[in-house]
Amino acid sequence: MSTNAQKRGFGATLWDYLTTVDHKKIAHLYLIAGGLFFLIGGLEALFIRIQLLKPNNDFVSAGLFNELLTMHGTTMIFLAAMPLVFAIMNAVMPLQIGARDVAFPFLNSLGFWLFLFGGLFLNLSWFLDAAPNAGWTSYASLSIAQTGHGIDFYALGLQIAGLGTLIGGINFLVTIINMRAPGMTYMRMPMFTWTTFVVSALILFAFPPLTVGLFLMTFDRMFGANFFDAAMGGNTIIWEHFFWIFGHPEVYILILPAFGIFSEIFAIFSRKRLFGYSSMVFATVLIGFLGFMVWAHHMFTTGLGPIANAIFAVATMAIAVPTGIKIFNWLFTMWGGSIRFTTPMLWAVAFIPSFLMGGVTGVMLGSAAQDYQYHDTYFVVAHFHYVIVGGVVFALFAGAHLYWPKMFGTMLNEVLGKITFVLFFVGFHMTFFIQHFLGLWGMPRRVFTYLPGQGFETSNVVSSIGAFLMAAGVIVLLINVIITSVKNEKVGNDPWGDGRTLEWALSSPPPYYNFKQLPLVRGLDAYWIEKMEGKKGMTPAEPLGDIHMPNNSFIPFLISLGLFIAAFGAMYHGDEGNTWGIPVLIFGLLFTLGSMFVRSIKDDHGYHIPKEELIDDNDKGVKA
Amino acid sequence: MHVEEKMTVETWPAAPEKQTLDAKNKFLGFWLFLGGETVLFASLFATYLALKDSVPRSDMPLAKDLFEIPLVFAMTMILLTSSLTSVYAMYHMKNFNFKKMQVWLGITVILGLAFLGLEIYEFNHYVHEFGHTFTSSAFGSAFYTLVGFHGAHVAFGLLWITTLIIRNSKRGLNLYNAPKYYVASLYWHFIDVVWVFIFTVVYLMGMVG
Repeated sequence: MSTNAQKRGFGATLWDYLTTVDHKKIAHLYLIAGGLFFLIGGLEALFIRIQLLKPNNDFVSAGLFNELLTMHGTTMIFLAAMPLVFAIMNAVMPLQIGARDVAFPFLNSLGFWLFLFGGLFLNLSWFLDAAPNAGWTSYASLSIAQTGHGIDFYALGLQIAGLGTLIGGINFLVTIINMRAPGMTYMRMPMFTWTTFVVSALILFAFPPLTVGLFLMTFDRMFGANFFDAAMGGNTIIWEHFFWIFGHPEVYILILPAFGIFSEIFAIFSRKRLFGYSSMVFATVLIGFLGFMVWAHHMFTTGLGPIANAIFAVATMAIAVPTGIKIFNWLFTMWGGSIRFTTPMLWAVAFIPSFLMGGVTGVMLGSAAQDYQYHDTYFVVAHFHYVIVGGVVFALFAGAHLYWPKMFGTMLNEVLGKITFVLFFVGFHMTFFIQHFLGLWGMPRRVFTYLPGQGFETSNVVSSIGAFLMAAGVIVLLINVIITSVKNEKVGNDPWGDGRTLEWALSSPPPYYNFKQLPLVRGLDAYWIEKMEGKKGMTPAEPLGDIHMPNNSFIPFLISLGLFIAAFGAMYHGDEGNTWGIPVLIFGLLFTLGSMFVRSIKDDHGYHIPKEELIDDNDKGVKA
Repeated sequence: MHVEEKMTVETWPAAPEKQTLDAKNKFLGFWLFLGGETVLFASLFATYLALKDSVPRSDMPLAKDLFEIPLVFAMTMILLTSSLTSVYAMYHMKNFNFKKMQVWLGITVILGLAFLGLEIYEFNHYVHEFGHTFTSSAFGSAFYTLVGFHGAHVAFGLLWITTLIIRNSKRGLNLYNAPKYYVASLYWHFIDVVWVFIFTVVYLMGMVG
């Protein structure tokens, strides 16, 4: 690794990104890959909306519609929202706690490549055989009966990607517990770091049930097991339980980082410290805890009985309490602040009513008796898009604008940013608000068309137009990214002017070792405290010394590649006349184990940046 | 203290597995990983309990027909002993006695292999004597998945510990490989704990219920 900032060829840059273990570069990778999958998932959504534009439409066939809606949900949750959240966590969290990197840089890289290979595997289904078509929930009674390999792509692809997420979760937990800068106590951690912490714990305990569920499905579909086959003594409800024991914490895994991003934004652009910080921490932890207690509210109509339904209904409504605490805290943060309506702040302000509506319909759905009416209608579709888009996607847009300078050293254009906001915000409410009523009027979800004269026509047209407005907003954002990258006007440490936390004390982008000397943290909003005392930067907590850095490695790529190869063997081995399936499966697994073996026996002590080089940097300004 | 430093009995710290930041991270990260593994096995246990004795035809063997205590008792004792020998190994690691540590880990591996051999014999027995296979019923699928996941963990642990023994045989202990040995032994204990639950839930409860 060169410490000199010099122009490098494309090949060298590519190799650098293939082998990087730097959390800031891995954040770029997550952002690019997650962004691409977001576009693919968005395209699938547009196809769905075009098909539903008018009654009896034949834009896509019924079969293709099932594939589109399945892949839209699966892609958006697992391959777009999760990695984009991970991109911001990777880019910001280590800086916020004053760390030089994450605890396990190698595993950070491994987590990314597992996610990418899992995502590629899942999306290759469009070109090989058929895409998954049993819905993103892939309920077992339906999915084990599907012919073709669509569901196999789902089970194996998510298995690989899920492994990557689990590894990422453990990594962030250890990073936050062990690597906080001197003085950074738990109750001085920025809110986004807190949400990352709680989310990582949720990942650790929520993903193993999904792993098991996917294994059972893999065994049933590809290896002749009978977990879900009632005729052989199996039970399909097991899948539902595992899926939602994972699936419900999963929605908190997505929304809590969004809460964290908005908490940062409200404080920065109101020029006030976050109102009720400790109650925010408490609410975050409580939401994380309750998130595990409510999974069966997705299964009210399964027939678990009135006692189970009642318990889960009460637990579900209880979550509204900590969430309400948060909403009020954000409002009080703005109260009396000197508010600046920058692009991130617009998203944050728009988030409150949008998300709140999703929360209110959530309480309605959480009432078990009512849920029998709403179940499997467009009311549910409207509800979860209000929380996922109105919460998570708004936060991702806001976070992208807020942290773009920290990730790439240049600001996104504010005018274009506001145009993106207006288009997307209007489009979003047009698309999904009307769907509440479509649901109440009786339009079922997941149907590929509807008949004329049922009163669904106008509303569906409105909804589809809204979808195109959202697409237009995304296109403006892409144009913004291109213009900004071409112009590449470099900005200073704190481009928004009111940064409060440690990441804004560093150059944009930060040098690859982050902090030359670890900073001394003297309270919540550490950088703000120093600024208020008239200081230019953080007080160092240690003398200047050699910095220990991890080596780059290509092995994470190889470990992931092995599982990718093995998945093809597992999928095709049962086909008639197939002879190569089992050998390929074994080869892929041995390839992965062999790569792990090489990692184990080769000592990797990392390297040191000598003190002299760091002093040198001081004279010429920090470079990366 | 530096990772690459040559250590002696005098300079060897009391907790060699937690001396450097990397080691502390590895120690904590592995505990968290075991937390995730606990949920994984809990899910498999739940599946097994839901599908226990769930067979399509009444002439198919149930848990009470299949299991015999002497064999699984022997397996249990072997695995428990292997956990004990890995404790001895860690004891010698803390005293900077590399040779004895390697010997006790070697014994751990041999006991693990014996356990795995008996498990293969056991599975083979069920398949050929009773026709109880992975595909014959939901009960079979759940049984082989739960016990097989444990067996696969044992096999992986054996590969891991063997790799450590061979890789470090010539260079002795240092602060770089001490945490590696330590987490491998943690993993081995975890496998043992899971087996205690399998012995109780699958075999003992299978005999009476």
